[in-house]
Amino acid sequence: MRRLIRGGRIIDPANGIDRIADLAIADGRIVGLDPGDFQADAHIDARGLTIIPGLIDLAVRLREPGQEHKATIASECRAAAAAGITTVCAMPDTVPPIDSPADVRLVRQKARNAHAARVAVFGALTQGLDGNHLTEMAALRDAGCVGVTNALRPLASPLILRRALEYAASLGLIVVVQPLEHTLMPDGCAHEGPVASRLGLPGIPVAAETAALGQILALVEQTGARVHFGRLSSAAAVRDLQRAIADGLPVSGDVAAHQLFLTEMDVADFNALCHVLPPLRNARDLKALRAGVADGTLIAICSDHQPHEDDAKLMPFPATEPGISALETLLPLALRLVDEGSLTLVEAIRSVTCGPAQILGLNGGNLAPGRPADICIFDPEAEWSLDVEQLHSRGRNTPFQGWALRGRVRHTLVRGEPIYESSEHSDPHV
Amino acid sequence: MNTHPAPHRPGPLPTSMQVENGQLRHLLTVEGLGRPLIEQILDNAESFAGMNDQGVKKLPLLRGKTVANLFFEASTRTRTTFELAAKRLSADVLSLNMNASATTKGETLLDTLRNLEAMQCDMFVVRHADSGAAHFIARHVAPHISVINAGDGRHAHPTQALLDVFTIRRHKGELSKLRVAIVGDVLHSRVARSQIHALNTLATGEVRVIGPRTLLPAAVEQLGVQVYHSMEQGLKDVDVVIMLRLQKERMQGAFIPSEHEYFLRYGLDAKRLALAHPEAIVMHPGPANRGVEIASEVADGPQSVILQQVTYGLSVRMAVMSMVMGVSPQVRA
Repeated sequence: MRRLIRGGRIIDPANGIDRIADLAIADGRIVGLDPGDFQADAHIDARGLTIIPGLIDLAVRLREPGQEHKATIASECRAAAAAGITTVCAMPDTVPPIDSPADVRLVRQKARNAHAARVAVFGALTQGLDGNHLTEMAALRDAGCVGVTNALRPLASPLILRRALEYAASLGLIVVVQPLEHTLMPDGCAHEGPVASRLGLPGIPVAAETAALGQILALVEQTGARVHFGRLSSAAAVRDLQRAIADGLPVSGDVAAHQLFLTEMDVADFNALCHVLPPLRNARDLKALRAGVADGTLIAICSDHQPHEDDAKLMPFPATEPGISALETLLPLALRLVDEGSLTLVEAIRSVTCGPAQILGLNGGNLAPGRPADICIFDPEAEWSLDVEQLHSRGRNTPFQGWALRGRVRHTLVRGEPIYESSEHSDPHV
Repeated sequence: MNTHPAPHRPGPLPTSMQVENGQLRHLLTVEGLGRPLIEQILDNAESFAGMNDQGVKKLPLLRGKTVANLFFEASTRTRTTFELAAKRLSADVLSLNMNASATTKGETLLDTLRNLEAMQCDMFVVRHADSGAAHFIARHVAPHISVINAGDGRHAHPTQALLDVFTIRRHKGELSKLRVAIVGDVLHSRVARSQIHALNTLATGEVRVIGPRTLLPAAVEQLGVQVYHSMEQGLKDVDVVIMLRLQKERMQGAFIPSEHEYFLRYGLDAKRLALAHPEAIVMHPGPANRGVEIASEVADGPQSVILQQVTYGLSVRMAVMSMVMGVSPQVRA
């Protein structure tokens, strides 16, 4: 299929492009801009719309296998497509965890069957995520894993971490770590600060993040392993990461979009929809995280999508499961950072396209000729209000209900083929 | 007919939810109640206290109403006083030990509530180990049911705090000139948080907390208190000393090195009490650990009002129960 996307504003941070042009696609790959006498089989009228590489989301829970009551690979891949996300990186903390090549193949096969967003799989760092026994990482890599991680599960000791980093490094695998020293947060469920103190919620100190981060940085220096720090939450962590990058260590970091908009104040009144891990911190942290994205210390913004069934949030706050259903707010929240003056449009788009692609060495996030035609086309002026009942994800657990957002996805293409199409007239959100 | 709204996803709960048309609708926390309402509760409690003093112990204010005591966490004293308060108001009372009931068999908290609603209860008195449990229940109960928080996690224990300020007011009068010290394990104490809110709302002269940093919440000063780590400095010239229970089970968590050292540093004995105002009163929400946070000579001494707190607790709980049901006491002290 040869397709021509006409007249849209093309923003491709990886190649420094920001102009109105026609974009040609053939055989699932980018042909180029304004291709002259290109003969297309199909056209997309993109006048007034913005064309960017499909979004790459570094942290997504697909919940399958094992927790299909929360979501399925098919449901969340379709939700991702509706959100302009063409690649989701599936975390391995399913039930059972993704710790064998068979698990990886199963997830990838189900993702292919969904005919929606692509799925890149993170393998478990330890068997069953037990924190003690390394997985067969070479086999996981050969089965297609893009990296390994223990997700939010702690490792038994710094020694296990050291061995894991060394072993992953010898295979060229990136290790993704969400730094949290669990022994510093017994029963913790909210940022240790004035709000948690007032509400009597067990706290999670910033030191739980920075202590883990410092320990891992020491081991990175020792081993030379490539480590990506996922979902940082504090100003102190951004500062420590910035120093490590300046020192030349092979590390990077990302932040979840909700951390750029919500603070501990949103937990007041025990709003379980704001129960996340790491916890929402204070306004100073939020400001530092935004600055970290702007200056490139945090190379990516991810959704940290964690869909839940309603019951998971229908308990007293400490007993609820952490996490936000966030695929469908990733792009509009990134665009809102532009509206609020924290990022330029190019910086915002970089942080959800070529930034994450660079971390994992993916071929996407880029509209250069020959690259896969994974594309998001959105209406930058469309204003809408988030209605949880209209979400494509199975998870309705979002604190952004009713938020006025700007930017609606109109078309999402993977390998040049539409996996999602919307029109202003048929869009139920508008 | 199902009168309650269908289960819905949680959103922020307005703190004003406790008050509806100027009337107390639920009692979940002292925070945000406002001085007039707290004073009204205390005044109503005064009426009930007077009634008890006169020997008339039962009123028909809650006749025909059903109060369910839902204790998801062990308690004897609080449950008993709530039960007695409800009976003195002529309510029918169910006291349920929820740890031994449906929720341990896998039924969700909401399902349990639905079943109790179906039994036509009018009031839930709730104790739960999780902070925010009473708010959660209030958010989901049928419109005709009132919820009284009898202690949720580390968050709030509003009736205990109200009976404490009632005790202070009875013994010391106007609070604006008083210095009050709260001593001990503030970190884990729902009582202390509610006391701080109540004392500050009533414009108490000065509220202090005294304890090692391991037992004080982060940024505790933002609750409106002066922080002391030394008993000798913190007790100086105070008019009220409120001792908190140090849960022995938490001593294993490296909060303090030993009971012995804790008592030496933060225990209230006669010598330390002498640092306070000579007419200072000593309070404790109970049960007290003698020799751990308080010496027997003080607990049983002339300045102790610990047992009176228990008595006043009945009056305060009667006041709160009648107010959330929209009936005012008809007696005067």
